[in-house]
Order: sequence, then structure tokens, then C-alpha cells
Amino acid sequence: MKTIQVSVVTPDGPVFEGNAKMVSAKAKSGELGILPGHIPLVAPLTISAVRVHDVDGKTQYVAVSGGFIEVRPEKVTILAEAAEIAGDIEVDRARAAKERAEQRLASNKQDSLDAARAEFALKRAMNRIDIATKR
Amino acid sequence: MALKDIKARIDSTKKTMQITKAMEMVSAAKLNRAEQNAKSFGPYVDKIQEVVGSIASGSNAKHSMLLTRPVKKTGYFVVTADRGLAGAYNSNILRHVYRTIQERHKSADEYALIVIGKVGVNFFKSRKMSILDSITGVADQPSFAEIKAIASKAVGLYADGTFDELYMYYNHFVSAIQSDLTEKKLLPLTDIAATKSKSSYEYEPSEDEILEVLLPQYAESLIYGALLDAKAAEHASRMTAMRNATDNANELIGQLNLSYNRERQAAITQEITEIVGGVAALE
Repeated sequence: MKTIQVSVVTPDGPVFEGNAKMVSAKAKSGELGILPGHIPLVAPLTISAVRVHDVDGKTQYVAVSGGFIEVRPEKVTILAEAAEIAGDIEVDRARAAKERAEQRLASNKQDSLDAARAEFALKRAMNRIDIATKR
Repeated sequence: MALKDIKARIDSTKKTMQITKAMEMVSAAKLNRAEQNAKSFGPYVDKIQEVVGSIASGSNAKHSMLLTRPVKKTGYFVVTADRGLAGAYNSNILRHVYRTIQERHKSADEYALIVIGKVGVNFFKSRKMSILDSITGVADQPSFAEIKAIASKAVGLYADGTFDELYMYYNHFVSAIQSDLTEKKLLPLTDIAATKSKSSYEYEPSEDEILEVLLPQYAESLIYGALLDAKAAEHASRMTAMRNATDNANELIGQLNLSYNRERQAAITQEITEIVGGVAALE
């Protein structure tokens, strides 16, 4: 069966490398499903889970904090500022981050920049918790 | 000098040498790690550069971060260390930045400073230059999350027009004994190499919207890359400085030992002369 090479790269180094028969990701414009031989494509991603369906029929979840996806016929590269494989997520830490973000969000409603940042952090934390429970 | 004094100096120099030697070894280990970090960061920035290059070359997409605009205010992003004992590492950068600012600007309204590292912060504070933003206490092996805030702030300040160009100053790591002072124009991103990409991409939804995400991420990654580079250079120059200190201490100990022995000999000779003299007087 044809497979496609997948790598998830962050500034702190590669997070995931492997082969897959399909990759699905959530781009800003909507859900993307990528099979081997896809035309070259670049798209920004939302804070979400990238799902890598590997040859044995198993699905790997990788939490990404935005970034973008670059697709070539034989290779998919995801560049995100932070990414974690579902198995590596520390749920306690994500919960703590979620609480912190919620507190910040509740305490300063006037400062729009800070609020936006807190909301962003909240989204990231919820995404991680979500994915960690799926594994 | 009396024998006892020389002995005391030898002992204290030996202790100093032990410390400098330990610091040298610690820095060597940190340098190793820093080089590894820089290596694992490589693929990320290469890939971003490739995609940015292919978009920039293949289209007429215009984004504010790509366009040069009239300069009213210049931003300076200066990377220094938190501690000294690293040879000329900090003073090189600070002297250069200070001189550049004096040459280029007449008033304090024309420039803004963003500083990493305690040494830099103290330097500019003592010269009454206002610092827009700073972070200190960056880990020896910084993670991206740690500098994300200051990097995105720097990029944001450019985007909202606080300054119209941004220069970055840091020491580029060349080898364990050499690092080069580097001045890099970070924003606007004028020097994106229009790479001939193997594949022309489909853009989803559009080039402009991708640039909106991609360019800030690219600029931030450049800042992070520079910081990793600077950290490697810092550890390297601290290692070299400490090795020099150890060598100097060794040399000093040699000299002190020599004069200690000479003094001891002199004392013995004198004692013998006194005894012989005493015996002669008795006869």
C-alpha cells in the first residue's frame, strides 16, 4: 500500500516522524484529509489535533498549537510552535494551564490584548486535555 | 616576601584555579548541549524558510512585514548574557550597540531597545537609556516557549508601527574559540531568498492569509535561532575565558613556587652561615 511520510517539527526539535496511509488535520478553512500523492499544498492550521492513520489501522493523535501544514506528494510536514503526541501530554499540567488561563480571563476583561492571549492559552490547554483523553 | 605569605598566596591561587577549572568543564558540557539544540532547531527554520521563499518568489503577495517603509523609529534587539566571566562576550556587543546608537540617532525618541540578559539591562539602565522590554534569567538551554512572549512582542511592535525596522545584535557561534559579533536586520524581511522550489504550492485559502500566519512565525523563529546561537557562543566564550584563567593561575603558581623555593634556600643558607659563624666565634 502507498504511504506518505509525516513529520511534525517544532523549534525545540522534531516531535513526530512516521509513515501513514492518511493524515487529517484541521486547517483554518476547514478539515483536510491527505492521502499519498496529494498535490503540493500549504495551509495554516488551527489549534487542534492532527490525526495520523498509520498502516496498521491505528490512529496517532498529535496536539498542535496552530502553525501550518506543507504537503508534497510523498511527504507531509507540519510546522508548529508547539506540538505534543497524545501519549506525551501531561494532563495535570494542561489542567493547571487551563485554570490559569481561566483566571486570567476572568480577572482582566478590559485589556483586550491580555484577554486575547489568555483565550489563546485556554484553547491550547483544552485542546491538549481533549487529545490526551482520546489516546 | 616572607615564606608564610608566599605559601598563603600559592594556596589561594590553587583554590581559584580549582574553581575556574570546574567552571570551564561546566561550560564545555553546556556548550555541547547548546550545539545540539541549535542542530535540532535547524530543520524547522529551514522548512519555514523554504516555504516563505517559495511564496515570496512565486507571487506578488504583499505583506507589511515584507515592505520597507520610511523609518521614524528603529528597534534594537540585543542579546547578552545574565552573568559575566565570559571574556569579551558582553562588552563586545554592548560597546558596538552603544556606539551605533550614538552615531545613528540624535534623540532618544528615534530608537527603542529590547534586551535579553541582565548584563545588557544594567548597561543601558546605567546610561539612562530606556528599555522597551527585557527578559532576564533565560535558561541555559532555552525552550521556544520561554522566549515566545518577547519574540512575538517584538514582532507585534513592528506590526503596530511602534518602530519601522528592527535590528538584532548577538554573538554568532563559530567555534569554541571564536564567535563573531553579528548585526542582522530582522524586519522588514527584505532578504528572503527567492528559492526555486521544486514544487509550486496550492495555497489554502490564499497566499495572503498564509503569509499572515507564516511571517510572524518566521520572524519569531529567527529570533529564537539567534538566541540559540548566542547561547552557544556564550558557553564557548565562558569556557575559553575560564581556560585562560586556569592557565594564568597555573603560570602564577609556577612563579610563586620558584620564589618560594628561592626564599627557602636563602633562609637555609643564612641559617648555616649563622651556625658556622657561631662555631668560628667559639674557637
